[in-house]
Amino acid sequence: MNAKTEAAFTLSRQHEVVNALRAVLPAHSILFNEEDTRPYECDGLSAYRQLPMVVVLPENEAQIVDILKICLRLSVQVVPRGAGTGLSGGAMPIADGVVLSTARLNKIVKLDPYARTAVVQPGVRNLAISEAAQAHGLYYAPDPSSQIACSIGGNVAENSGGVHCLKYGLTVHNVLRVRVVTIEGDIIELGNAALDASGLDLLAVFIGSEGMLGVATEITVKLVPKPQQARVIMASFDDVVKGGNAVANVIAAGIIPAGLEMMDKTSSRMVEPFVKAGYDIDAEAILLCESDGTAEEVEEEIQHMTEVLNASGATAIAVSKDEAERMKFWSGRKNAFPAAGRISPDYYCMDGTIPRKHLAKVLLGIAEMEKTYGLRCANVFHAGDGNLHPLILFDANQPGEFDRAEKFGAAILELCVEVGGTITGEHGVGIEKINSMCVQYSEQERDAFFAVKRAFDVAFLLNPDKAIPTLVRCAEYGKMHVKRGELKFSDLPRF
Amino acid sequence: MENVLQIFKERIASATASKSPLRIKGNGTKDWYGQSLQGEVLDTTAYSGIIAYDPTELVVTARAGTSLREIGKALSEKNQMLAFEPPRFDGLATIGGIVASGLSGPRRQAVGTVRDFVLGAVLMDGKADVMHFGGQVMKNVAGYDVSRLLTGSMGTLGLILEVSIKVLPRPVAQQSLQFAMTQEQALHQLNVWGGQPLPLSASCWHNGLLAIRLSGAQAAVDAAIKKMGGDALPEPEKFWDRLREQEHAFFDGVLQDKEQGLWRLSVPSVAPVLNLQGEQCIEWGGAQRWLKTTASAAEIRAVAEQVGGHATLFKGGDKSVGVFHPLQPAVERIHRNLKNAFDPAGIFNPGRMFTNF
Repeated sequence: MNAKTEAAFTLSRQHEVVNALRAVLPAHSILFNEEDTRPYECDGLSAYRQLPMVVVLPENEAQIVDILKICLRLSVQVVPRGAGTGLSGGAMPIADGVVLSTARLNKIVKLDPYARTAVVQPGVRNLAISEAAQAHGLYYAPDPSSQIACSIGGNVAENSGGVHCLKYGLTVHNVLRVRVVTIEGDIIELGNAALDASGLDLLAVFIGSEGMLGVATEITVKLVPKPQQARVIMASFDDVVKGGNAVANVIAAGIIPAGLEMMDKTSSRMVEPFVKAGYDIDAEAILLCESDGTAEEVEEEIQHMTEVLNASGATAIAVSKDEAERMKFWSGRKNAFPAAGRISPDYYCMDGTIPRKHLAKVLLGIAEMEKTYGLRCANVFHAGDGNLHPLILFDANQPGEFDRAEKFGAAILELCVEVGGTITGEHGVGIEKINSMCVQYSEQERDAFFAVKRAFDVAFLLNPDKAIPTLVRCAEYGKMHVKRGELKFSDLPRF
Repeated sequence: MENVLQIFKERIASATASKSPLRIKGNGTKDWYGQSLQGEVLDTTAYSGIIAYDPTELVVTARAGTSLREIGKALSEKNQMLAFEPPRFDGLATIGGIVASGLSGPRRQAVGTVRDFVLGAVLMDGKADVMHFGGQVMKNVAGYDVSRLLTGSMGTLGLILEVSIKVLPRPVAQQSLQFAMTQEQALHQLNVWGGQPLPLSASCWHNGLLAIRLSGAQAAVDAAIKKMGGDALPEPEKFWDRLREQEHAFFDGVLQDKEQGLWRLSVPSVAPVLNLQGEQCIEWGGAQRWLKTTASAAEIRAVAEQVGGHATLFKGGDKSVGVFHPLQPAVERIHRNLKNAFDPAGIFNPGRMFTNF
């Protein structure tokens, strides 16, 4: 699957576009030789690749305006790209299109500790914001696991989450304003420095729109006070259903943990030899339940959580004594992906979200699918908010295995939709899950999405053919799969 | 309920065919809000009832016409709440109306606004097609976030039929304090506290008195009281309830004087004291400034814009100045495109948000 993709554009078209771009960009901001454009052929989902015709690396907003105007004039499709860490192929290039990287817009424009906001350019790394705010006792709350590398522009495009979003929210809850250049070259402000803005909530639509509505050039994020202390409970269960029930019981007790994560036995056995986090490898499920706040608050909450977990049938409980131990307990969960890469030549990470009450049913379904597709699957789970990350383990060098892994993944997503969930909680649809959108949304709903896109991108040039499938694509996919109307549990509210 | 939906469908289809406006209405508790009321009433109250509520999933799904009284009752039985504290207006306000108007109450400063809690919505558009957006799960990035787009849309994009809202547990402990302070002192203090890990869940400055509410774990509330000082706020529950319902003394007599308008200025919390004629009441840590004034819209909007915010003529006054803050031309174009997409015949609440929209 890692074979080089071929160039698929004519040289005359490339010359035309490059020449037009040269009028507005310095030479070092335009890449078009294969050795320069090759690194941009995929994002974090490397199974999907396409060599782009041109890559541009603008250094300021005015250049982005010029680039988009040229692309509109020449009818060139544009794929905006952040740090390229995305997991759904959202930044996969278009063969005869331009990749617009925001990597060089990487300045923190203003950090205002009094107002608890930071104004940043899209190429600033997620973690860099928290690092800059640290001296003031503040941080930027959403913490996707790629936070060391991923950029805030990409976070806005994907509405990224993280392990603490049950309590602190997603990107959409932590961004106040985005300055955007439209395909027509207009600069628009969505949101503002206040808590709300006049008119329709275009900011909410822009966040999570996968680079299909405009290019963000400046983002104002909220900063929040750093909790004085955090401690985590590691609880073992001899049954995944008991683990799932324990999660429900914690919530029912009126507790919103700062983090609430679950791993199945396959996952803990996968990570333990790698990180030595002290996980109970005989447990069917391990739960990590974190409390943060003042020392008194944490003490009170940890005690309450411990009682609930014990009453829910935990077979073992350990509470982190200090920061080092807390990091150790988390290390296994945070390293689940690299650990998968260690025990398996390839892995495929899914991202469905389900109402938690259906956890047992979904895990059982996945276990059945392991047999059907002849592949193993390790499950890590943002249990607090129902976001499941099954890691399908496969070897792309074995003929047919990638194909089986893809089918396995699509089957998991269909199961998620069937129980009233969604095909993606935080990774985005991109190119990867575009077929599964046919399962989750009706033709009218997909048309409405297209209409939203056209409302911003009249020329339909920004990252087209991602996220929202056409009728033709769904018809093709529908030949092989059941459509929503024919699903089981048709009485469930499904939206 | 199917027959109610069928009636909605027929009325919308016929309204679209004849291009005759419909005015979506629940219990009419917010008829005074927005630019103007036009069209034949489309009553949502027949489409009512909680569809699903599972406290351990932290989600309630209800039909648009469900009253906040009914929802509040179901949630409080499980010790949960609509955390953004929408005004209930005697419990008659409907969940559809709250989502459409996007109004939030005192706790908004700590937990977010209606749109932060909307997880999904079912919409009947101008073609009378029923569409589901978002869902019942907290994390969902499949497709554009249309359910949040509908929040605060004043019913201009279509008939919201059902909504799923995230709910939260009620805080274990709650205490309120008051401090004698000038507006300037209060604004400064609120911003300083805002940068500290304190369980602040509401604030209100009016007439030389700053009231704050602390909510959270008992230990956190106790520790905060020790740190912050101040005096106990008398009858705290009544105080915050009255503020939430816009029955606080500040709101008295808003509609008595025809010249006077009640404005809502949404500004950065750190914006200085706004130099505008009239009486002010400040919430949300300084980010929401209520103003009763006879000052001109142009002056008020200029001041709001200067500090990076916007101003809404919330109640009363002369609505011909435009209730909502005017939009940037390119943003207005996007609004129009969206309106045409969801409501091509322009039948849903025309003029309720902006004239000619």
